[in-house]
Amino acid sequence: MDWIFLAELTVNGALTGLLYSLVAIGLVLIYKSSAVPNLAQGALTMLGAYVVLAFSHNLGWPLWIAIPLAVVIMFFVGIGIERVALRRLAGRPIVMILMMTMGLDIFLRGTTLAIWGGSSRSLNLGVSYDPFFVGDMLLSRIHIVGAAVAIAIFIASVLFFRTRMGIRLRAISDDYLASWSVGISVEGGVALSWGLASIVAVATGVIWGEVQGVDQSLSLLLLKGLTVAVLGGLDSILGAIVAGIILGIMESVGSFYLDAIVGGGSRDLIVAAVLILTVMIRPHGLFGRHDIERI
Amino acid sequence: MFYRLSGVHHNSYKSDTKMFPVRTDRNAIIFLLLLGIAAPFLIPSLYLNGYILPWLIWTAAVLGLNLVTGWAGQLHLGYGAIMAVGAYSAVHAARFGIPWEFALLIGGLASSLIGSLFAFTALRVKGLYLALTTLAMQFVMDWVLTHSPAISGGSHASLQAPTFALLGQDITSDAGLYYVAFGWCVLVTIFMLNLKRTGLGRALVAVREKDFAAAILGVNSFYYKVIAFAASSFIAGVTGALLVATFYFLAAPEQFAVNVSIQVLAMVIIGGLGSIIGSYMGAALILLMPGVVNQIFSGVAEFMGLEMGVETLAHIPNAAYGALIVIFLMVEPLGLGKLYANVRDYLMVWPFDQLKK
Repeated sequence: MDWIFLAELTVNGALTGLLYSLVAIGLVLIYKSSAVPNLAQGALTMLGAYVVLAFSHNLGWPLWIAIPLAVVIMFFVGIGIERVALRRLAGRPIVMILMMTMGLDIFLRGTTLAIWGGSSRSLNLGVSYDPFFVGDMLLSRIHIVGAAVAIAIFIASVLFFRTRMGIRLRAISDDYLASWSVGISVEGGVALSWGLASIVAVATGVIWGEVQGVDQSLSLLLLKGLTVAVLGGLDSILGAIVAGIILGIMESVGSFYLDAIVGGGSRDLIVAAVLILTVMIRPHGLFGRHDIERI
Repeated sequence: MFYRLSGVHHNSYKSDTKMFPVRTDRNAIIFLLLLGIAAPFLIPSLYLNGYILPWLIWTAAVLGLNLVTGWAGQLHLGYGAIMAVGAYSAVHAARFGIPWEFALLIGGLASSLIGSLFAFTALRVKGLYLALTTLAMQFVMDWVLTHSPAISGGSHASLQAPTFALLGQDITSDAGLYYVAFGWCVLVTIFMLNLKRTGLGRALVAVREKDFAAAILGVNSFYYKVIAFAASSFIAGVTGALLVATFYFLAAPEQFAVNVSIQVLAMVIIGGLGSIIGSYMGAALILLMPGVVNQIFSGVAEFMGLEMGVETLAHIPNAAYGALIVIFLMVEPLGLGKLYANVRDYLMVWPFDQLKK
């Protein structure tokens, strides 16, 4: 076995995994504050990428204006979604909340494609496509940039959870009623978490849009993001990062060996298997809070 | 006016366990049944086989999912995969030369077997995690279908279904296929109508409301969860097989992909959890909506003189479908069944509303 090659698979897998973590962080931010599994995160990611694309290509504005503008718009989109759709469903059975986010997913995807069309376009971030050599290993530059963004968002969110607002969000995620009774605006906190998740969706959309082009397939990242979030524990941001690296490596190395046996396309199978095994063996994930509940 | 009742009152246990405590309900159902039997003579065959037949088959599927999600309260996002198991095993059995009656049964039992595996997940987890596991199982099933030519039928990934036949008679006429779908849908509906009168149905409801409270009352919650998954999967399997046999005529993996699972769940939710009449209405709404929305939009575009791209028109039904789900959950989370129940409750004692109080 060629060790360099294995190392290359591992490092590239870890970098791709960190890109999955971006999706997972968005999911975790919302789940942490309101216990809503946001199945529309994939569609939000796609919408974020398309908004950037609309500014930078259709209007011809430079990216350094387009991306911040998209961040602001998506922040309010996220808050709007929470205000209009999710707030009414607070306290309803989980099946309705899940269905609501799935409906949002279908709606956002349909609307985005109806407005901007489905043909794949690239963002042209200006990151070179030349491979980056570390020793003999070939790495992709955009993956390195994306991984750096993921780490940066992780650090930013860790710092954010130490600010006054962040502590409020932590209190909300601990106990709704107790937060209410000490005067924390739970609704405001939950809305803020949706806004933040939408900002993360813009970052995810930009990076993934550069990796694979901006089209409908961006919304398919949901399953990988969801798997990473569950593996790391649905309410742990550190978990999202660690699980992203783990899943990325498993996917990259595992699919290399499995593809030879089953004839290609085993990546999705590995992801689904990891999701099922995590839920069966350790539903609260690697770092998630373990709420003891009888089944 | 319609019901001429002053409320529903019972004087004996026998009247309490009647299937239709209100006579008007029974008459309405008999009327609808007759309408269903007469449909081939009333409706042109294009509409009969293009709209009514798939509607009835999907309704049977929705009733099956309602059994596990609405009655037993177990989330299920892998329903399409279960239908696929039934469809593929039945079609393979029929191609092997087994008569369709037994092929359908084989499809149902195969689905039941696989579906019961899902129930073992329900032993470990519930709520969100159950939903995620069933979703992952759906993806595994999709993968298996698309990656095993032996099942999905070679390089074209489509499997021709042999001519449908019952009791040795080939069924090819439009009316014949319609009656098959109608018969199956009526069977499932009768099963579901009776479910709430039986111990099984009450046990399922107990498990849904609070499984450990049910356990304290002596209801073995795991046993009933397995029963719910197995029964619902059986319905799903036969429905999937009939869908291929009478409507699609060939089986392909994308007919049972993850979006189909989500669509059936949307039908259940829009119809109303645990509502039988709602299942009919939810299936009708979701199936008809894309066509209607497309008509409206192209009509409006033509009227206003707007230029709309092909791509825009192609994606608008999807957006409207999502919007429908979102709006329904915002306005009436309990679905069309609840809307119907509101109207019915109002008319039940109308115009003597004061009697209700």
